[in-house]
Amino acid sequence: MSDIFERIREKFPEYFRSSHSNFGDDTILIKPEGLLPVMGYLKDEEGFNVLMDLTCVDYYGEEERFEVVYHLYDLTEKKRLRVKVRLREEEPVVESLSHMWKNANWYEREVWDMFGVKFLNHPNLKRILMYEEFEGHPLRKDYPLRKRQPRVGPLN
Amino acid sequence: MGVKRVVTGVFGEEGFITTKLDSMVGWARKYSLFVYPFVTACCGMEYMSVSCAHYDLDRFGAALPRFSPRQADLLMVVGTISHKIAPVLLRVYEQMTEPKWVIAFGTCTCTGGFYDNYATVQGIDTILPVDVYIPGCPPRPETVLDGIMKLQEKIQNSKQEY
Repeated sequence: MSDIFERIREKFPEYFRSSHSNFGDDTILIKPEGLLPVMGYLKDEEGFNVLMDLTCVDYYGEEERFEVVYHLYDLTEKKRLRVKVRLREEEPVVESLSHMWKNANWYEREVWDMFGVKFLNHPNLKRILMYEEFEGHPLRKDYPLRKRQPRVGPLN
Repeated sequence: MGVKRVVTGVFGEEGFITTKLDSMVGWARKYSLFVYPFVTACCGMEYMSVSCAHYDLDRFGAALPRFSPRQADLLMVVGTISHKIAPVLLRVYEQMTEPKWVIAFGTCTCTGGFYDNYATVQGIDTILPVDVYIPGCPPRPETVLDGIMKLQEKIQNSKQEY
């Protein structure tokens, strides 16, 4: 499975950062500016036609604080690949994949809601789980554990 | 029950009943609970179980779910209530006509349960009055029946408004 790492490294040397297969899970880390070309290549030429999951990790305290994680699946070959990008704290912005995989639309809204990562060219980037009046992004590590924002009733 | 049945030969074969009006209205009300099920989470499975044939809420006159709050007099809040849906729950409660009662069904509804987080209301009694708390995660149907009987007792023994 390391040949896919080699192919990506050869095709996109400027975007490739690192790769590993820990516990049998093939993972590549790429630069965020290369997300669209790399993902387009993986979908159209490597056959990863399903976006299984799209989520985010908050590495609070690190300079590249947010890590957006994409889980891809190849329905015909039954292969999986995990793609990651790291985003800086001051500018948590990455390109939207909603025009490539339709389901990315809601995943990206969830990541925006929970982590405050912005997705460029997203058709409808608004909160999906929390209500519009909610302030902040609750899954960020610096969101206060006891902070409550009820719409009715007391601060319980 | 508060209803005394006296049958004597003096007044013929039919007999008669003496009671207080309050007691009789309470007796009528406690056996005609129209339930509005506000079901949001896994406790709903237990609610289905308790309202179907095995446990049979109909024995308590509380079988008929009304999906309009205007026709219901028992609000059964079944499952976790998030801050997002709390205003909806409050509006449903406000739309119900008097007399009305509320049952908090399950630990999440009573106290928030283990969801002590940004999203969850820590017990619905912070936003509306609750008559009976049924704990459990989820409560067994027997516990729910016990709660229904507690509510019936409460209805019977309270002062009736009419």
